Amino acid sequence: MSSALTPRERMKLDRQKMPEQDPAARARNFAEVNLGFPEQMALIEAERCLQCKDPRCIKGCPVKVNIPRFIELMTEGNIAAAAQSLLDDNALPGVTGRVCPQETQCEIECIRGNKGMPVGIGYLERYVADWARNHRDQLATSKAPPTGRRVVVVGSGPSGLTAAGELARLGHDVTVYEALHKPGGVLVYGIPEFRLPKKIVEQEVERLQAAGVKIECNVVVGRTYTLQELREQFDAVFIANGAGLPVFMNVPGENLKGVYSANEYLTRVNLMAAYEFPRADTPVLVGRRVAVVGGGNVAMDAVRTARRLGAEQALILYRRTKTEMPARVEEIHHAEEEGIHFEFLTAPVEVLGNEKRWVRGLKCVRMKLGEPDASGRARPEPIPGSEFIVDCDVVVVAIGTRANPLLTSTCPELKLNRHGNIVVDEQGMTSLPGVFAGGDIVRGAATVILAMGDGKRAARAIDTWLAAQPRPTPSAG
Amino acid sequence: MHRVVHRRQLSPNVTLLEVEAARIAQIRRPGQFVIVRLGGNAERIPLTIADAHPAAGTITLVIQAVGKSTRELVALQPGQAIQDIAGPLGHPTEQIDAGHAVCVGGGVGTAVVHPIAQGLHRKGVNVTSIIGGRSREWVIFEPELRALGDVIVCTDDGSYGRKGFVTDALKDLLTTVGADIVYAVGPVPMMRAVANLTRPLQVRTIVSLNPVMVDGTGMCGGCRVSVGAETRFACVDGPEFDGHLVDFDELMDRLGTYREFEQRAAQCADGPCRIGLAAPTAA
Ligand SMILES: Cc1cc2nc3c(=O)[nH]c(=O)nc-3n(C[C@H](O)[C@H](O)[C@H](O)COP(=O)(O)OP(=O)(O)OC[C@H]3O[C@@H](n4cnc5c(N)ncnc54)[C@H](O)[C@@H]3O)c2cc1C
Ligand SMILES: Cc1cc2nc3c(=O)[nH]c(=O)nc-3n(C[C@H](O)[C@H](O)[C@H](O)COP(=O)(O)OP(=O)(O)OC[C@H]3O[C@@H](n4cnc5c(N)ncnc54)[C@H](O)[C@@H]3O)c2cc1C
Ligand code: SF4
Ligand code: SF4
Ligand code: FES
Repeated sequence: MSSALTPRERMKLDRQKMPEQDPAARARNFAEVNLGFPEQMALIEAERCLQCKDPRCIKGCPVKVNIPRFIELMTEGNIAAAAQSLLDDNALPGVTGRVCPQETQCEIECIRGNKGMPVGIGYLERYVADWARNHRDQLATSKAPPTGRRVVVVGSGPSGLTAAGELARLGHDVTVYEALHKPGGVLVYGIPEFRLPKKIVEQEVERLQAAGVKIECNVVVGRTYTLQELREQFDAVFIANGAGLPVFMNVPGENLKGVYSANEYLTRVNLMAAYEFPRADTPVLVGRRVAVVGGGNVAMDAVRTARRLGAEQALILYRRTKTEMPARVEEIHHAEEEGIHFEFLTAPVEVLGNEKRWVRGLKCVRMKLGEPDASGRARPEPIPGSEFIVDCDVVVVAIGTRANPLLTSTCPELKLNRHGNIVVDEQGMTSLPGVFAGGDIVRGAATVILAMGDGKRAARAIDTWLAAQPRPTPSAG
Repeated sequence: MHRVVHRRQLSPNVTLLEVEAARIAQIRRPGQFVIVRLGGNAERIPLTIADAHPAAGTITLVIQAVGKSTRELVALQPGQAIQDIAGPLGHPTEQIDAGHAVCVGGGVGTAVVHPIAQGLHRKGVNVTSIIGGRSREWVIFEPELRALGDVIVCTDDGSYGRKGFVTDALKDLLTTVGADIVYAVGPVPMMRAVANLTRPLQVRTIVSLNPVMVDGTGMCGGCRVSVGAETRFACVDGPEFDGHLVDFDELMDRLGTYREFEQRAAQCADGPCRIGLAAPTAA
């Protein structure tokens, strides 16, 4: 314990403000908004942690990162040990440090939030992770001896990548099958560059490959291989194919030219780099007035993308009010700074087109908040006779995603719930022995950290399960 | 990487490429397609699997050069490679087990009809193919289809086979011989005309739709088409549908999304944009 500060001195330190790109400039580029702490600021922020005996912050974290521990190691000047500690708990801290809803998880529990601002746990996590990515050689890697068991992971989103890394560390021979041409799942096709640089995901993927994980892209499980074939060829399966099926509004005019699902819009821009069109080959309609329907992170990413592509006006239409928006507070705040408009208590009832069937506007109805619904949020109800028209030439529908049935429909033995999500037990095992699942395909659209937590838990459960299985032939290893 | 092992020019703008894709060659079935991506920042392009050689581990793609991506693909020479090929995607063709099937192919659609005819022929179904092109040099896959049954060739200018559209030949055939099922693949107006012809005759008609696609896995919804009262995703629910239920006008219109975009972009480039869509920002 080298740190010399007294608790009183710590309490005097103000939360360090994340350096950001200027709003006017960043509203027109795709570079990351948050610039990251310089060392000095990171160390001051780390000193703000009181090293609580009973750290509440840990309880708020879905994967129970030992937060005071890595922060303490930082204050001791041992950043390598801090990184080691963090990476033991969290396989992708460079990702979670950027996209976790910290304000409702670890930071909301932080004792320093009682009086003033909580410790910037996410910012510190990001700082340590970025250091670690650039200093791989200074980190020890432990790897169990080969077990001779082969495990296949379906999908390379955060859940699949985390499971693959953990399984490889436990000595298993791991293959990841990914349907798209680039690994990363939502981290590469959904979450935009300005929030999560693709370079970070690429480096994480390279690290896994260096650790022996084989990643094969362009393999669509359910088509290229059936789940049954995978069960025959591998000793265990982990399914983490996400919740990628876009939900549409089911209103007239939704198939007019200029209406996108958020998945299509973001995929064109992120995965296919349409923002570089015509230097990249995939186009995207830019639009002068882009209306994004929805109030979550996905809607926020889409509307901020529209702004960056050059839309004169980019607006959010949300059927409740700002208080009920599920998007992260930081994202809403950033969006406001970037000149995004918000229409609250607004629900589209029809997409209007011109004579050439291009979108020209959205007919909307005003809503009022009624009694709380099952989720505890006030239920929006339409106000009769309140129709009005929002002019726009591109509409992006960001009202949610569901389980994509491509894989599950080809394997009827796999037990699903009524939403089409795979049902698993406490170990993460599905109704098929040796087949595990986790992430959004089990939970429905959730968060990166929950998907990662599932991946890690399933990897350990797979390890235990495999250890209990007799080996088919002695030469199998 | 998927090496091109063979290349053949079939008509002035249609090229056949045989490329390595061992797994797909083994398991593909008629009616399925792949998504290919040349590399770098290239687009994902859906292409039907026209044929497969499981022993050689190759599939055959027949590509009409219409835009940048397809032009780059057809320029590939043997030895060069395609970076990504995903598949086989979509549902295999619904096939009949006996009787008479008519396969109608227009332009590059003839290559798509070929594996369907092949599959039917293997099952012992009696196959008649009606294929067409602008003029003689645009007619493709005639010898391959002749090996599977009768072939009626139509050209717009009469330079080869019958003069006129494939629908004229189909009409004659339906009124004389009749058919248990019709498969039609080609330009949207052709498929619409075929469906309009067979609907009153109540001859089951399967069409293969070609909306703009991105992922091909049901993730983006860009390929949505209206079939009956329902919205379907062509990449996972199709690409083949009951031609009598398809909203061809909507499909045709949606296919124009980026065509108009490019024209508009060109217009917008030399002045203030009056039409509502700004030019893409040159990042
Ligand atoms: C735009 C957007 C913004 C978001 N922002 C945040 C945020 O700020 N913070 C946060 O915590 N969460 C956020 N989320 C949610 C978060 O990204 C997801 O909860 C998380 O990615 C789920 O991880 P996963 O590994 O289960 O699935 P995914 O990330 O969806 O990965 C699934 C992978 O499986 C592949 N796949 C699918 N089917 C097959 C198949 N049949 N065969 C092979 N591969 C297949 C897919 O191509 C994909 O790569 C956001 C989501 C979106 C869409
Ligand atoms: C399931 C499926 C199977 C297909 N099979 C074949 C095949 O076997 N052989 C073949 O040559 N083509 C096939 N196509 C069409 C092919 O994918 C398109 O021609 C190609 O994507 C155009 O890309 P491009 O960059 O060259 O042209 P772009 O520059 O993108 O477009 C050039 C012109 O073609 C139009 N266009 C764009 N996308 C499509 C499309 N999907 N269909 C028709 N026109 C389009 C544009 O509006 C524009 O006018 C298939 C399409 C689908 C959906
Ligand atoms: S993983 Fe997320 S919730 Fe957990 S400590 Fe890190 S930022 Fe907080
Ligand atoms: S609750 Fe806050 S102050 Fe206490 S250990 Fe956690 S981060 Fe530090
Ligand atoms: S191409 Fe994206 S859903 Fe069909």
